[in-house]
Order: sequence, then C-alpha cells, then structure tokens
Amino acid sequence: MTLLEFARGPALAFAIAVFLLGSAWRLWTIFRLPRLADRSPAREGAASPAAGALHAIVRAMWPRRSFARWTHFLTLNGYVFHVGLAVVFFGYAPHIAFVRRLTGLSWPAFPDPVMYVAAGVTIVSLLFALLWRLTDPVRKTLSTADDTISWTVTFLPLLTGMAATSEPSAAILARDHAIYTTALSIHLLSAELLLVWFPFGKLMHAVLFAFSRGASGIRLSHRGVNV
Amino acid sequence: MSAPNRPIPAFDRQGELSQSERIDVAMRSFVRDFGWTAALHVESCVRCGLCAEACHFYRATGDAKYTPALKLEPIRRAYFREVGPFAPIVRALDLVPRPTTGDLERWQELVYDSCNMCGRCTLVCPMGIDIAELVRDMRHGMFVAGLVPERLALMDRAARQWGSTATPGEDLPDILAEVSERYGVAIPCDLDRADMLVTAAPAELTEHTKALAGAAKILDRAGVRWTMHREGFDASNVGFNNGDVELQERLTRALIDTAVKIGAKTVLLPECGHAYGAARWEAGKWYAGEVPVRVIHMTEFLDESLAAGKIRVRRIGESATFHDPCQIVRRGGLEAAARRVLAALGFELRELQDHGVTGFCCGGGGGVVSNVRSAPLRARVFEMKKAQVEATGAKHFVTSCGQCRITLEQGAKATQWTKSPESLLELVADNLVD
Ligand code: SF4
Ligand code: SF4
Repeated sequence: MTLLEFARGPALAFAIAVFLLGSAWRLWTIFRLPRLADRSPAREGAASPAAGALHAIVRAMWPRRSFARWTHFLTLNGYVFHVGLAVVFFGYAPHIAFVRRLTGLSWPAFPDPVMYVAAGVTIVSLLFALLWRLTDPVRKTLSTADDTISWTVTFLPLLTGMAATSEPSAAILARDHAIYTTALSIHLLSAELLLVWFPFGKLMHAVLFAFSRGASGIRLSHRGVNV
Repeated sequence: MSAPNRPIPAFDRQGELSQSERIDVAMRSFVRDFGWTAALHVESCVRCGLCAEACHFYRATGDAKYTPALKLEPIRRAYFREVGPFAPIVRALDLVPRPTTGDLERWQELVYDSCNMCGRCTLVCPMGIDIAELVRDMRHGMFVAGLVPERLALMDRAARQWGSTATPGEDLPDILAEVSERYGVAIPCDLDRADMLVTAAPAELTEHTKALAGAAKILDRAGVRWTMHREGFDASNVGFNNGDVELQERLTRALIDTAVKIGAKTVLLPECGHAYGAARWEAGKWYAGEVPVRVIHMTEFLDESLAAGKIRVRRIGESATFHDPCQIVRRGGLEAAARRVLAALGFELRELQDHGVTGFCCGGGGGVVSNVRSAPLRARVFEMKKAQVEATGAKHFVTSCGQCRITLEQGAKATQWTKSPESLLELVADNLVD
C-alpha cells in the first residue's frame, strides 16, 4: 500500500469515524445530564424559548458598540480565518472533486486566484491569532495545550495544502492520477489529523457555539432581558 | 490555564475539614451542579479572552488574573475530570490536574472578592457563556468546603440564626415602630391577613430607613392592604450570594410561606438586586408546582402603580442619570420599567456611556460590598462609574438597588465626591401628589 493509498483509504476512514463518533459521544455526554429547567414564571410577554435562543445565536455574531475597538478587531480577525478556512475547503476545485469522489456531491469552485488569496489571508490571520495568544497576558493566562494543538492541526492542512499546490486546478483535475503523491499524502494526513482532534478539543465549538449561546438566550429571554 | 502567579492573598477558612476533605466536598458540589447549560458553557469556551474586557475588575486594574473565564478554572477542572466526555482518560493520565486546596484558596479571591456575578461578560462572549451562573456554582462548592471570606461567613451565620443579617425577627416590630415614629407613617407588622407581604433589605432597617418609610407612603397611597411580618421580612438572600443553597432555600421559603400563611397574593421585594435574583428567578427551585404567589420588585410595583393611576407624582423636570443594577436589569429584565418611572418623574434622562444591559456593575454586587477585603478593588471600580456619571453632567444620580447605593456612597465618601446616589423609590415617595 502506498502512502497515498493509506491516506485515502484506512487513514481517511479512521479519521472520519473518530470525527463522527467522537463528536456524537461528546454531545451525548452533555445532553445526558439533567435539564435543570427554569421553574420560575416567565416575565409577562417574554419571547418563547426558541425565539430567545435564536435571538442570542444571531446577536452574538458581532460585539456591541460599548465594547472596545480591539474586541471588534479580534472578532474581525476571527471571521477572517473562519471564513477563509471555509472558502479554502469548500471553494477549491480539487477539494470539491475529492468530496465528489467520496459522496457524489459537488458544487461550483472559485477560480484559483481567489483561492490563493483566501489561503494567504487565512494563514496571516491565523499567525496573528497565534501571536496574540503568545504575547497578550490575558490569552497567555488562559491558554492550555488544547489551544496549541487546535491551532497546529488547523494550520497544518493550510501549509501542506500550499505545498501540494504547484499547478493550476485544471491541470490537476485533468489527470486521472496524482503525480505529487508525497505532498498530497501529507496534506491529506494533516487534514485527517484535524478531523481526529476535532472531538477532543476546542474545535468542537464549531458545533457547540449554537447550543451554548442558545442556552443563555433561553435563560435571559425568560426573564424578559432585552439583550 | 495557569494559576494567577501571585502570592496567595488573604483567604479565610471555616470549619474543621482537613485539606483533602475540603477538596472532596468542593469537587462533589461542583459536579452535582452540572446540568446541560453549565456543561455546554464549560465545554464551549475557546479561551479567546474577550470576556476580560467586559469585566470591570479587569478594566479597572488591567490584571489578567481577573479574566472572567479564569475565575472558573476549578470548576472547569472538576468538569473535565469527573463529568466530561473523556473523564476516565483525563483522570487516568492526569491531563487536567485536580484542584488543590491552594488553588481553591487562591480562587476564593477570584470568585468572592472580584466577581459580582453581574453577567456583563456574557454579553461579549462569542459563545454566550453565562460566567455569573458558573461562579455561583463555584461558590456552592467553596461554601461547603468552608472557604468563604470570613465576613460573608459571619453574615451567613447571622442569617441562619435570625433569618436576617440585620436583626432577629423578634426585634422587627420595635424597629418598624421607630421608623414609623421618625417619619410619621404607619408600618403594619405581623397582620394576620393582607394582600401583599412587603419585605426589606437589611439596610432599610438600619441606615436606609427612609426608603422603608417611602415604601409605606406609596403603598398606602396606592390603597394596598399590606403588612410586614417577623417570620419573613429580609429579602436580601445572603445564601444566594454566598453559595449556601440550604440557607437560600430557607430564606426564600420564609418569604413565600409567610405570604401564603397570611393570604397574600404578592411578595413585594425591596430595592435590592440580589433579592430579586433569589426570589423572582430562583424560588421555583423550591416549589414543586408553581410558586404560589407573585414576586415583584419595587421598581415593577412603582411602574405598575403609576401606569394604573394608583399613584401620581410631581414632575421634577431636572436632568438625571441612572445606574442600572445588574440583577434587576441585565439579569432581571427591568430596564424599561425603571426608565418609565424616571419619565413619570419628568426627568430629562442622560444615559451613562454604558447603560441598560451593558451598564457596569457598581462593584459591590454578589456580596462584594460586604467583603471588607475587596474595598481597594471596589474603589478602583468606583472610579470608572464616577467618570461616566460626571460625563453626563446630570443633576441627579439615581438607582434602584440599596446595595448599589451603599457601594456608591462608600466610593463617594472615599473620594470626597459630592454626588450622592438617590433611590428611585424615595424620589417617587417624596414627589407623590394627590
Ligand atoms: S469570552 Fe467566552 S469563550 Fe472567550 S474566553 Fe471568555 S468565556 Fe471563554
Ligand atoms: S460576572 Fe461581572 S464581575 Fe463576574 S466576571 Fe463577569 S463581568 Fe466580571
């Protein structure tokens, strides 16, 4: 079995299994806990729990005016790398071809220059986030090993992906087999590392954020707090 | 997360538990408190640190140890070691260290001296984490472990014995008689039947008696059949603040059961934030079905009485700014009610730069005002509020919580500031018209 066959076969299957089962397990261990429902009478005219949750999920997308400018800047940086990662993963033609092989699903790709810019901006933004974490006293105090691991497994696929991209997408897709197999294998394995780590660390916030915001939204809207 | 890298500040202990017993009971309590919401909130923190900027203790000092997310460290560890999805592995490999007594002692300062459970941090948190509520869960564990600031523990003991931190119930009739005489207003006590049980904050039985007399005036003008009662009169629930759940239940039941006993349909809470948090939003914990009476805050009562035309007030027609008490506004939902009362008084309202749900805490909430140790920290927080009040140029500085008033009065005194916070209730009482 070649390295590429390994990366595309058993390693990929393993990573997807860990990702799905691990995430499901993590969610289950939260929701098996008691509900501890709020038994106080709701404020007259309070929004329904669903409306309260939804409002909180949407409201938390951008900080309020009363918070300082650097909060807005950090939030913006967060958006840059989140959106950048999504564009790079979902918009790059060879990624779409990869997903189509696995699932049969496909969608139009962005042109290559857009992808290069997106990857570049995402890398800079992630480097900025790292720098901030390593230098700012608040973030230094809060950081755990999870932050280092999560940052690394997010950054590696970008880096290895750039290394594996030495030709235009059209040329890559025109061939029926990969020629830069080592670079591609390493790229795939790095992405699989991200999938494997996902359920164990803070990357899981990609799923939890809605529940977490929603839970506070339900609590506060029950009280008629206009957040 | 790293422990605050400082010498351990003064900490207090109660009881005779050994070091390891303290950790065991604290950990058991932390673990017991986890339901969905708390678990989601511990799980979803991304350690972005944005919450620091929302917290007045961090803002006033610039010290990273006051970062809200860090205040939760012991309970976070308890979660991942005992409750979380991979707890057995975490424990076996010691991936998350078990808190030590040293940690808990260090965190005593962070959860009792430098957190008001004001909830401002939740508003900036991209995950919407309710840190205030988790700090309360931490206080439950700290309380059972006997690791509470001594001053708060002392108040706890008084309340356990007397049902109040101010006075034993037997003395209530005498205190009320004195207030009646001083202000020339009748304050009914221990009536067998009434429609409304009226309660007080401890300060209203000592230095803020004018507020109590004002309440009596307004209640009479509104035509309410009311009484105070020695079996349930102090609404400021020290159990709620300290993390003493048993006492919290006892104090809440004293109010509600007394109301039921005298046939009252409503419990009127004083101008006190934590009284509202405890009785309005948490009484449901102790009553299996529905809470058998309506529980309302003084601000709601004023608002409703004005709206219904049961009382009328003279329009003052001057400028005022308003300090939003956290438990009543950000955690209680009465932002608009207070402003309607201010409007009825004819004030030209000049809002603080941060107001309504984003207003800064006075720095005294959650029992911090009674915690002598935190006085220097409170003074720095006060400077932030003072600057915002001065920037409005408003003539009056109004609020609707007696605890906030005490905190702000202390700050004003320490800085020779001439502005004194006024009570919304007292302003209504002083300006009643026929
Ligand atoms: S803002 Fe929220 S997610 Fe960020 S560190 Fe604070 S609690 Fe955690
Ligand atoms: S609840 Fe208030 S005092 Fe406590 S950490 Fe949050 S902002 Fe600071």
